[in-house]
Amino acid sequence: MATLAEAPAPQSVSALDFARRHGASLAVGLFLLLLLLHGLLPAWSLVPPEAWALPFATWINSFVVFLQEDLGLVVVTRGIADAVQFLLDIVRNLLTGGRRGFGLQAVPWVMLVALALIWGHYLKGWRLAALAGGTVFYLALFGQWRNAMLTLSMVFVTVPLAVLLGFGLGILAFKSRRAEQALNPLLNIMQSLPHFAYLIPVVVFFGVGQHAGALATMIFATPPMVRMTLLGLKGVPENVVEAGIMAGCTRAQLLLTVQVPAARNAIMVGVNQVIMQCLAMVVIASFIGASGLGYDLLLKLQSLRIGQALETGIAVVLIAIALDRLSQAWAEKQPLHRERRPWWQEHIHLLLAVVAVVGSLVLAHFLPEARRFPRGLTLTTAPLWDGLVDWITLNLFDALQVVRGFMLVEVLIPLRDVFLWLPWVAVVIFAGGLAWSFGGLRAAATVAGFLLFIVLSGWWERAMITSYMVFSALVICVLIGIPVGIWAASREWRFKTMQVMCDTFQTFPSFIYLIPVIMLFQVSDLTVILAVVIYSVIPSIRYTMIGLRAVPSQIVEAGLTSGCTPLQMLWKIKLPLALPTIMVGINQTILFSLFMVIIAAFIGTRDLGQEMMRALSASDTGKGLVLGFCVAFLGLTADRIIGDWSARRKRQLGLA
Amino acid sequence: MDSFKGAYPSAHAADVESGTQPKIACRQVWKLFGPDPAGFMARHGGNPSAEDCAREGYISAVRDVSLEVAAGEILIVMGLSGSGKSTLVRCLSRLIEPTAGEIDVDGVDLLGAGPRELIELRRHKMGMVFQNFALLPHRTVLENVAFPLEVQGVDKKSRRQRALEIVELVGLKGRENYYPRELSGGQQQRVGIARSLAVEPDIWFLDEPFSALDPLIRREMQDEFLRLQSMLHKTIVFITHDFDEALRLGDRIAIMYHGVVDQLGTAEELVLNPATDYVAEFTREVPRANLLSVASVMQPGESAATGGEPVRASQRISEVAPRVLAGDGPVPVVDDQAHPVGVLTRERVLDMVFGQGRGAGGDAG
Ligand SMILES: Nc1ncnc2c1ncn2[C@@H]1O[C@H](COP(=O)(O)OP(=O)(O)OP(=O)(O)O)[C@@H](O)[C@H]1O
Ligand SMILES: [Mg+2]
Repeated sequence: MATLAEAPAPQSVSALDFARRHGASLAVGLFLLLLLLHGLLPAWSLVPPEAWALPFATWINSFVVFLQEDLGLVVVTRGIADAVQFLLDIVRNLLTGGRRGFGLQAVPWVMLVALALIWGHYLKGWRLAALAGGTVFYLALFGQWRNAMLTLSMVFVTVPLAVLLGFGLGILAFKSRRAEQALNPLLNIMQSLPHFAYLIPVVVFFGVGQHAGALATMIFATPPMVRMTLLGLKGVPENVVEAGIMAGCTRAQLLLTVQVPAARNAIMVGVNQVIMQCLAMVVIASFIGASGLGYDLLLKLQSLRIGQALETGIAVVLIAIALDRLSQAWAEKQPLHRERRPWWQEHIHLLLAVVAVVGSLVLAHFLPEARRFPRGLTLTTAPLWDGLVDWITLNLFDALQVVRGFMLVEVLIPLRDVFLWLPWVAVVIFAGGLAWSFGGLRAAATVAGFLLFIVLSGWWERAMITSYMVFSALVICVLIGIPVGIWAASREWRFKTMQVMCDTFQTFPSFIYLIPVIMLFQVSDLTVILAVVIYSVIPSIRYTMIGLRAVPSQIVEAGLTSGCTPLQMLWKIKLPLALPTIMVGINQTILFSLFMVIIAAFIGTRDLGQEMMRALSASDTGKGLVLGFCVAFLGLTADRIIGDWSARRKRQLGLA
Repeated sequence: MDSFKGAYPSAHAADVESGTQPKIACRQVWKLFGPDPAGFMARHGGNPSAEDCAREGYISAVRDVSLEVAAGEILIVMGLSGSGKSTLVRCLSRLIEPTAGEIDVDGVDLLGAGPRELIELRRHKMGMVFQNFALLPHRTVLENVAFPLEVQGVDKKSRRQRALEIVELVGLKGRENYYPRELSGGQQQRVGIARSLAVEPDIWFLDEPFSALDPLIRREMQDEFLRLQSMLHKTIVFITHDFDEALRLGDRIAIMYHGVVDQLGTAEELVLNPATDYVAEFTREVPRANLLSVASVMQPGESAATGGEPVRASQRISEVAPRVLAGDGPVPVVDDQAHPVGVLTRERVLDMVFGQGRGAGGDAG
């Protein structure tokens, strides 16, 4: 309220000011005008002429060759690849038995079940123990053991590496402003590059295989750790730091004994994010030859063995949820003082763990079934699911076909044609104009730069197809997400339930969402869009809820006293105030959609993602990176415009 | 009321060694916040006005402050929120760099000290209690208190012993293994105090140590503070918002207003001779009867008084008021050697305690 009163007094209005104030309307107006004049526009302004396409890809490729061969980077990269492979082998052989596991046999499955139970109980109690133990048991019971162990060995290697790397970079950024300034844009771009964009250069520098998958995963999972480390260190209350200084800490002591421990919570959130990112990426890394659950899933999906794919998918999801909850519980575990107790009570979980290890080894020695889950006992529900799919195809085929046909012919294809018809000049002016009016000249220049890169890269049309799919998904997400968010925000229990659901769904690796949609709709644009919607509707719901619930209660009470009906309250008070937050959610929805559209490429689309798949199979770094940048820049354009808008709006509302 | 006795300024001020080197001396200290404070200072000849600051978007949190703190003295810093108290104390401990000015500690230039010297200084000479406790959340009470010793490399056994002693001193025995989250505000602040005492500093900075506490506990902590100080005799700079607290604890009081120290003196001086309207305003609600001595209210002179038993000049008005107000004539005043020095009339007492009267010198003539 106060900020409204303090708004600067109107000053002399120049033409520029006027234009700036109405920038958004001007941008829309100009955009529409250009569309009306479509027939009159010169051909070069409609679709970027092929002659314009700059050979970015060739440049990048020559540069890579220069690095690898002339500078001898290949020695370094091979060294890294070997080191990572070495680590992977050790962990993997420990888990599955084999040469490098120090001649040990595979870890008995009963031991892992027991350890998961104990760890879960130690961190949070019986429910978490059941989740963790149950997950491991599922893997054994449903015959997913071997693949799961491969995937877990990747996770166990990549997570610590990514955490260390991210932590180190975070501290560097904290210590040196220069480093922070250099890292910041890099992280921005890295976090908006789709998963596939990481795979291609990794293939070029490190080849294909388990180690390449691990490296791609590690690089992909590092940025959030850097972010959270930096955030945590910056968030340590100033007076706590000052207390450290007054105690006479040297700089190193201050960092290690005050700042890092005090930032523990944020850093642990970073670890949790790294774990989730690793898991999501490990699945996708199967595209470059990382074996494990992801590879299995990929094969099954490609051969449309839906039932089996579903079981593998459930394994991935269970692992994701279990690891997420375990690491969250670890992050939240706060030290408490304890009355003195006998030492065996103090260390009960450790003792149990030792007992479990020794006991299960002894057991496995006499009873081989305790080491390898007997094949005859494994269950599978795949026939059931396949039967369901068959039933759907038999009985619902016509109905679904109608829906699918209608959506494709009447809605999606026309929409795609509109996107392809848009003159690029109009799009650039539109986006640039919006950026200018919300964020000023720099924002406009940035956004225009992003889009011009796409124009000059020669991938404009593909980018527009990607945009069309993201746009369609976005519309559906908003139509579903905001009402659901409003519904959920209105009662405490709904809010809580929905938050748990959002948290859970968000931990699933994106890939998984393809399974149910393919079951129903086979492969088409519609399938892709639906999968994208399921995945990316979550932030829309979440931020709508959060935004609505964050409306200050005095304002709500003020509304009540002035006699608002519930509906008026929603429309006139709550939604406008929550809008900036909701827009943050929509922004995330766009980024999620972009990623998912690209991932969906492997079930067949004709956008940037498909080209990226091709670049991947041809190991064409240049092309792959250029495509990756195109996707990242689409995302960053939306991010910039929406981000600036909601920041400005928040300032106007005095919420910031 | 009784506990007020003896805790009052002038009684203390006498204890302070005079004529020796001040423990802390600062001269013309400035602290500006803004994009380029040093350049801004230079452009305005080292003395920018408040308007200059406002115009160019600088905040002058501390403006041209000069003061001295004697060894063993308790200096209270008061002022409204945002008047620059914390900033001044941060400059004195060099947690932040003053924009201009000089600070000496024990006659040594503090601002010239290098990083190593500063660390040494803080390890052995200075302690600080922070406004919002500033405990390390990941350490137990004992570990928090032992932290400054740990940093110095004191071995585990002796720092544990020392920490246990101080924890007991501040009355937290039995809570050694609690984490800050598990303590109440008052207990947390005791931990902060204990931590700052662990290294036996000469100089003790306290930034509103008691303001987060409820009145009862605050009173208790003040008693504790006085008890500690009577044992430890530290040089103390103490920030507070609470005038009662200032009266109870302080030897001298500095009143800050918009970064400037408007006046620095004993409580009595501030009340009787406020240097600015702001100080007058600030001290208006002070319970004068508890504060003023008979000497500052009496009519000086040898005039023969009638009213029987004399009162002593060094007594507080609150102690003699019942007698003076009950009787009808003026009461004779004598000094400590029983020489008559003046008379105390009922009107003057009433005027002084309830009205806006000024000091004895003010309207005696
Ligand atoms: N790091 C900083 N950057 C900019 N301005 C600051 C900074 N620290 C303090 N200030 C400003 O300096 C002024 C004095 O602040 P200071 O914290 O010293 O006040 P204070 O007297 O301690 O107030 P309080 O009683 O609320 O603690 C305030 O206007 C504050 O906004
Ligand atoms: Mg303060």
